[in-house]
Amino acid sequence: MTTATDEALIQSTADGQIMSGWSERAPSPRGGARLEAIEVSAWFGQTQVLDDVSLSMPPATVTALIGPSGCGKSTFLRILNRMHESVPGAQLAGEVRLNGEDIYAPGQRVTRARKRIGMVFQKPNPFPAMSIADNVTSGLALTNIRISRGDRRGLVEDCLNRAGLWREVKDRLGAPGSVLSGGQQQRLCIARALAVEPEVLLMDEPCSALDPTSTRRIEETIAELSSQVTIVIVTHNMQQAHRVSQQAALFLADERAPGGIVECGPTEQLFSNPVDPRTADYVDGRFG
Amino acid sequence: MTTITSAPVREVAPPVGRRAIPRKVQAFTFDDRLSLFGSLASSFALVTIGYDHLLDTSGIVGFLVCWYFVFLLVYAGVLSMSNTRALVVERLVTATLYAVAALVVFALGSAVLYTFFQGWHAFVHFGFFTHDMSGVSPTAPLSQGGILQAIAGTVIEVAIAVGVSLPLGIGTAIYMSEVGGRWSRLVQTVVEAMTALPEILAGLFVYVTLIVDVGLPKSGLAASIAMSVTMVPIIARASEVALRIVPRGLREASSALGASHWKTVRKVVLPSARSGLATATILATARGIGETAIVLITSGASSFLTFNPIGNPMNSLPLFIYTAYTTHEPVAIARAFGAASVLLLMVLVLFVATRFLSREKGVAR
Repeated sequence: MTTATDEALIQSTADGQIMSGWSERAPSPRGGARLEAIEVSAWFGQTQVLDDVSLSMPPATVTALIGPSGCGKSTFLRILNRMHESVPGAQLAGEVRLNGEDIYAPGQRVTRARKRIGMVFQKPNPFPAMSIADNVTSGLALTNIRISRGDRRGLVEDCLNRAGLWREVKDRLGAPGSVLSGGQQQRLCIARALAVEPEVLLMDEPCSALDPTSTRRIEETIAELSSQVTIVIVTHNMQQAHRVSQQAALFLADERAPGGIVECGPTEQLFSNPVDPRTADYVDGRFG
Repeated sequence: MTTITSAPVREVAPPVGRRAIPRKVQAFTFDDRLSLFGSLASSFALVTIGYDHLLDTSGIVGFLVCWYFVFLLVYAGVLSMSNTRALVVERLVTATLYAVAALVVFALGSAVLYTFFQGWHAFVHFGFFTHDMSGVSPTAPLSQGGILQAIAGTVIEVAIAVGVSLPLGIGTAIYMSEVGGRWSRLVQTVVEAMTALPEILAGLFVYVTLIVDVGLPKSGLAASIAMSVTMVPIIARASEVALRIVPRGLREASSALGASHWKTVRKVVLPSARSGLATATILATARGIGETAIVLITSGASSFLTFNPIGNPMNSLPLFIYTAYTTHEPVAIARAFGAASVLLLMVLVLFVATRFLSREKGVAR
């Protein structure tokens, strides 16, 4: 799937940290990185919540994680960018490989993994003490990346454009992020995540707090971004998973047993011609 | 039910040229008003006759208390004639709460107004604010001397105390809310206990350690340090609450962008909590300004204006009030009230500032 030139490009940007020249650069030509979870298990204290989950998320593809509440899909998502370990008592086993490199390897810094693998949360959470423009560039300020003023303006416009928010906010970039509507705030969070040039974008039920119009807008944004970054989205909404993703994985957990993937494959096949009877039941809304 | 279903469909938009008037659905009706004022008047009449003439008692406080209780009885009687039991109870509870609130406002308001009223004699002399008491006898008329040395002393001492306790207090708060663990719980307990520390202990502590042992003279600096001992726990406690209410989602958003913990604290948590931190500081300052036992023990008292907090004694407003009042000279007492009014004004300004800052709740939501 990933060509040799793709690999080279990813390596150079990931290691070199070249962050100048935002304005001239074409919007993210590379299409993201391959993310692979290999035999991942997870625990909160003594309770195992995930058992032996393996999933490959190819570049420039939207992967949807579906399944009922409490089946471990959000935990799985948070393992993918090392947010899982910030919960006290959380443990895990297995590997997560970003372009073949284990992000949990001893030499890997957690901040670097999180920077390369961005995240958008269920509840829109722009920084209230920052303006809209500062929110977009906050990822740079928070990771000690300096940027010239001219480049900064270009970056703000570029990221807001890619998140589909530029036209709505271009006249009030200095206003606090909290003045925006919920859907706009969520797109601001997407723009903020894009500004640090992640290779993968994780989305944890990004539309569950939004109305249908905003949801539609976010879905359009996801479709536009899918050629630029690898996207993994957790959703409860079957139709949404069907609409936005090319690949889907169904998570299920039995009573008191850890969750795991029941079936995964191309979205079309999962929805129209599932192999596992439980998948058929779930996508038809017979349970969950 | 039938009336609703058979009613013609009403236009949603009001006709052009006619604006809809909101209906008053919970208005206090004429009847309600009549029973309230009627009860007030009749109980007043009843108590006037009974209290002054039949019982041969007197005194305004007793009169008001009797009036209030008779009013409650009459009001209950009047209301129960035409209302349900639940409504009678509700109105009586409301009347009681109003009375309690009025009592508190009256008590506080009278203390404040009395101080300003008494302080007015000194306030009319402009020199009261621009002169010190050096070479002026405590019994000299109000037109001579003033409290400049006390105002300057208070400002300097409190400024130093804020300078010392702000970094310590916020640092402690960050430790308690961001580091966590067993030690931080111990610190938390100590801080909570110290918010209730009697100020005289802080004063004695500084007196024994710095003045007796180290040999520091009685000075503004010693007073500032003792003030800091009482202010640090207040700032730490209030700031910790302000830091804790910063939503977890913001911290997660920051670390998901690749920020380190301390970067998150500095760039996201502290700015989001800034109004709470400012409130904490002002609350502690308001407490520090009024500390009397501390300045009595540690600062000495100077009658002259000094801006040097280290080598010499320093006066301050609470200290001036205390020393002036204990002379029992009418002129000195008038000066004490003048100084008390200035102190009260300072505290009032600080509290208004707190209210103003904490109203920006949009920041820490």
